[in-house]
Amino acid sequence: MTSTLTISHLTKTYDGVAALSDVSLSVAPGERVALLGHNGAGKSTLMKVILGLIAPSGGEVTVCDAKPGQAAAREQVAYLPENATFHSALTGLEQITFYMRLRGQDTAGAMELLERVGLGHAARRRIGTYSKGMRQRVGLAQALIGAPRLLVLDEPTSGLDPVSRRDFYELLDGLAADGASILLSSHALTEVEARTDRLLILSGGRMVAEGTLPDLRREAALPVAMHITALNGYDSDIMAALPNAIRVGEGLQISCTQEEKLATLARISELRGKVVDLEIIPPSLEDIYSHYSRRDGQ
Amino acid sequence: MITRILATAATEIRIASRNRWVLIAVVLMVLFSLVLSAAGSAPTGALGADRLSVVAASLTSLSVYLVPLVALLMSFDAVAGEVERGTLPLLLTYPVARWEVLAGKLLAHTAILILAIVAGYGAAAAIAIVVDPAALSGLAALWRLTWTSVLLGATFLGIGYALSSRAKRVSGAAGLAIGLWLGLVVLYDLGLLAAVVADDGGFFTKSIFPAALLANPADAFRLFNLTAAEATAAASGVAGAANAIPQWQSLLSVAVWPFIALALAALSFRKVVP
Repeated sequence: MTSTLTISHLTKTYDGVAALSDVSLSVAPGERVALLGHNGAGKSTLMKVILGLIAPSGGEVTVCDAKPGQAAAREQVAYLPENATFHSALTGLEQITFYMRLRGQDTAGAMELLERVGLGHAARRRIGTYSKGMRQRVGLAQALIGAPRLLVLDEPTSGLDPVSRRDFYELLDGLAADGASILLSSHALTEVEARTDRLLILSGGRMVAEGTLPDLRREAALPVAMHITALNGYDSDIMAALPNAIRVGEGLQISCTQEEKLATLARISELRGKVVDLEIIPPSLEDIYSHYSRRDGQ
Repeated sequence: MITRILATAATEIRIASRNRWVLIAVVLMVLFSLVLSAAGSAPTGALGADRLSVVAASLTSLSVYLVPLVALLMSFDAVAGEVERGTLPLLLTYPVARWEVLAGKLLAHTAILILAIVAGYGAAAAIAIVVDPAALSGLAALWRLTWTSVLLGATFLGIGYALSSRAKRVSGAAGLAIGLWLGLVVLYDLGLLAAVVADDGGFFTKSIFPAALLANPADAFRLFNLTAAEATAAASGVAGAANAIPQWQSLLSVAVWPFIALALAALSFRKVVP
């Protein structure tokens, strides 16, 4: 199958300042891709280019076999903006009905759609009375209209409580299983780890990393930290045996590369009588993320 | 295409009625029409015209201020409001063309405007006919006033959408709308009259003045309605000064302006980057 979204060498500049430079990526049908990056890294700009809201300065973008923003593309792409907002005078049902009519869908399914995102009870209340999480659900409901082939979701889980987040990702799993491609941005690293197939990291408008989390972990080759709690008074003995160790609070810390891990462990185990406890801390998701997004001196 | 325009129009009407804009427009038009028809009911016999024609002439002077105002009040929020609320980017990712969005809003706002105009003029006409059954002969003048008012309203709706697209902020759009209303409807005439007085029947009065009147949609509207109703031509200073302008020219201006304004709106909206 051909990919739903293909971007090659995309560049976008605003008054000579590059917001995106030489970004290439592709998303296959049924694939869930997470877009990560600090604020201002170019995530929203990239999404707006894909949606055809802003024109690229250079490069090629193909969305569902069409140019971004063309009617053929817009018919098959759904968007959930960051902090989805709607007219406060309309009810949730009216708003969804309106969007369904714009997509040429039978509006009989509007109520069912709202129930699917857990808004059935509030469908006839004005959106002005909704909480942030409820507005986000209206946004999600409109993104589900008409079985889109590509969903572009800008921080979809902001404002949702943990239970709603889980429901939301279950919904996405179902859509992906039906062949929809999903591109979502998020700051919540732990949830995208478990719920997406691939990660893309943007930094300063460049794509600095791409792959599954284990790939990225291996490629980053971040040091492993070991936390040693010494038996009373043996601190200095251990410090002498392990010149790399530093004092951290009550204990000692030593860090080493992945390759040196076993050798270091062996040296620590030689100090058996002087050590109370040993804790091994692998690089966290946040460490990996920071590693990639800081590589450009950001 | 039609479905999308109608869907937009239905949503806009719903929003306008929830925001009380429908009520405000109707009450405004009815109230002013009634006040005017009550105030203008005294001197009918002297002019030899039927009562309704006189009411229509008074309503012309009222509408030239009120219809543009109501139209601008409804339209200044159309694009800037969507930008400020943040609803525009999402809307533009839908398979709906920008002109369809504008057409839907125009349909809704024009419908509200027609409702307000018909309610206002209808109330004034009903009173005139009840008081003096002979006033029925003035229905032609009232009908002319009604459809030209709708065209005038459409012109200012288009102008309102255009400046709403350019302002990008609701407060800025509101300021522009009020400024434009003052400029086109109030200051424009004052400026022209001052120039005519200073010119004292020279080149300006003969050549530029008629063209300047036709170029302004509000003046063309007044001109057309007053030259059509000859009996009341004497009542208006501006129309009196420009009696030389043939009626077809003012009609042309009244009919063409909505298209110019809407083209301007479509062009401005196309340039908006969400």
